[in-house]
Amino acid sequence: MKAIVSVIGKDKSGIIAKVATALAENGVNIEDISQTIVQGNFTMIMMCELGDKISVAELGEILDKTGKDKGVTIRVQHEDIFNAMHSL
Amino acid sequence: MLSKNEIIETVNMVDKEHLDIRTVTMGISLLPCVREDAKTTASLVYDRICKKAENIVSVADELAKTYGIPIINKRVSVTPVSLITAPSGGDGVIVAKALDKAAKELGIDFLGGYTALVQKGMTSYERKFIESIPEALSVTERLCSSVNVGSSKTGINMDAVRLLGEIIKETAAKTEDNDGLGCAKFVAFCNAVEDNPFMAGAFHGVGEGETVVNVGVSGPGVVHHAIKNMRGASLDEIAEVIKKTAFKITRAGTLIAKRAAKRLNAEFGIVDLSLAPTPVMGDSVAHILEEIGLSSVGAHGTTAALALLNDAVKKGGVMASSSVGGLSGAFIPVSEDIGMINAAEKGAIDINKLEAMTAVCSVGIDMVAIPGDTPASTISGIIADEAAIGMINNKTTAVRVIPVPNKKVGDKVDFGGLLGTAPVMAVSPYGSETLIARGGRIPAPIHSNKN
Repeated sequence: MKAIVSVIGKDKSGIIAKVATALAENGVNIEDISQTIVQGNFTMIMMCELGDKISVAELGEILDKTGKDKGVTIRVQHEDIFNAMHSL
Repeated sequence: MLSKNEIIETVNMVDKEHLDIRTVTMGISLLPCVREDAKTTASLVYDRICKKAENIVSVADELAKTYGIPIINKRVSVTPVSLITAPSGGDGVIVAKALDKAAKELGIDFLGGYTALVQKGMTSYERKFIESIPEALSVTERLCSSVNVGSSKTGINMDAVRLLGEIIKETAAKTEDNDGLGCAKFVAFCNAVEDNPFMAGAFHGVGEGETVVNVGVSGPGVVHHAIKNMRGASLDEIAEVIKKTAFKITRAGTLIAKRAAKRLNAEFGIVDLSLAPTPVMGDSVAHILEEIGLSSVGAHGTTAALALLNDAVKKGGVMASSSVGGLSGAFIPVSEDIGMINAAEKGAIDINKLEAMTAVCSVGIDMVAIPGDTPASTISGIIADEAAIGMINNKTTAVRVIPVPNKKVGDKVDFGGLLGTAPVMAVSPYGSETLIARGGRIPAPIHSNKN
């Protein structure tokens, strides 16, 4: 099952490391990653493969905590919602 | 492959523009519960709803987390109760209490279907049932009620219209302590639809399957954001952008509806793409109309802008899903839309302009507080006008007015939560008694004769 992790917030050191660690601990593989900083605002998007160990909702709860620690908003969403909205 | 911009667009729609699934509504047929004894029927109704919709809240919450789109309301609609109480004479209050109890047990905010369909004629048990509506709405918290009084095929049942004026007054009196709140849970319809997921008018039509999931998607904020900064753009360019936005929103709704139906062991019914406002900032249909180019909703040109909006929303929705239904369009409830509340407070919009707008929007005179001393025949007159607009234009129209006890024009009333706040609006001081007293039927229009 594929999910998209989006991280948006004020740029700080160690955001990628922290998110990547949380993902690795839960058996989640990062297949694609991109990030930009627009006017000090950090935006990172990761395409992930979840495997069998964890659901999107569970991963969302874990990363929500990680986001609060770092002062950024982290969302985990099943990729189908983006495909539904943006492709014919 | 998804682009980064597309992903950010969706994330922003939820985070900043209030995109949400407004309601996941499970329609449940209650026909297997019909017994001669109302007490037994009520008990079977309670058990059936609690069993069928047992997981509606947990499933919706899980889907919201998985897809990252809030699902605001979880609701249930049922077979028009007037049909299941027919063998016991029509008084449905005992069933109403069972429905309310079931809604509480499930943890849902509203349950709809305390309904009668009397667009052509009214049986003795339906009359008795309609007469029980004020009592039913005053002894329950979460029950919603509706009556269909006309259709393009049958004309308008003016005896029912007359009765409803009295029923609305009685409901207000019975819920006087809460500013006539009972009336906020009652809708009079013309051309009522059987698969509407939105309250207060939802019911599960007899032509529907046994258990069906219908989803209502909203997103006035998303549409507003999409057309912001389109200064100088022509109206057809605006319509095009609204259409594309409606498409995306409907696709999200369809995905959730299909997943919800599967997990709830129900059929997927329809997606209702209605721009349903809430009283919070950034979630207003009125503000979309103002963004199109009005200094205030209610100005001349409002009906034209609303017609464009409503049509563009429908076109985008129809392209996105083969199962678009319900009311699908733009809602204009006064108390539930911050832009409408502001316009009403400054006198920019009145009930006559609202009536004109209902000729082109998806429903009708909705959540309008009127003076508590408005005569029943005047309320019937409002219903008759709306029903006529619906009947002639082949569209659904509705009336949800609250004659607020002891309040007069300019007073304010607060219904709380999603139902919002509203200034009491003036109605015509001239009477409609003689018209309403005539009763009978307004014949079906010539274009009903298509066979």
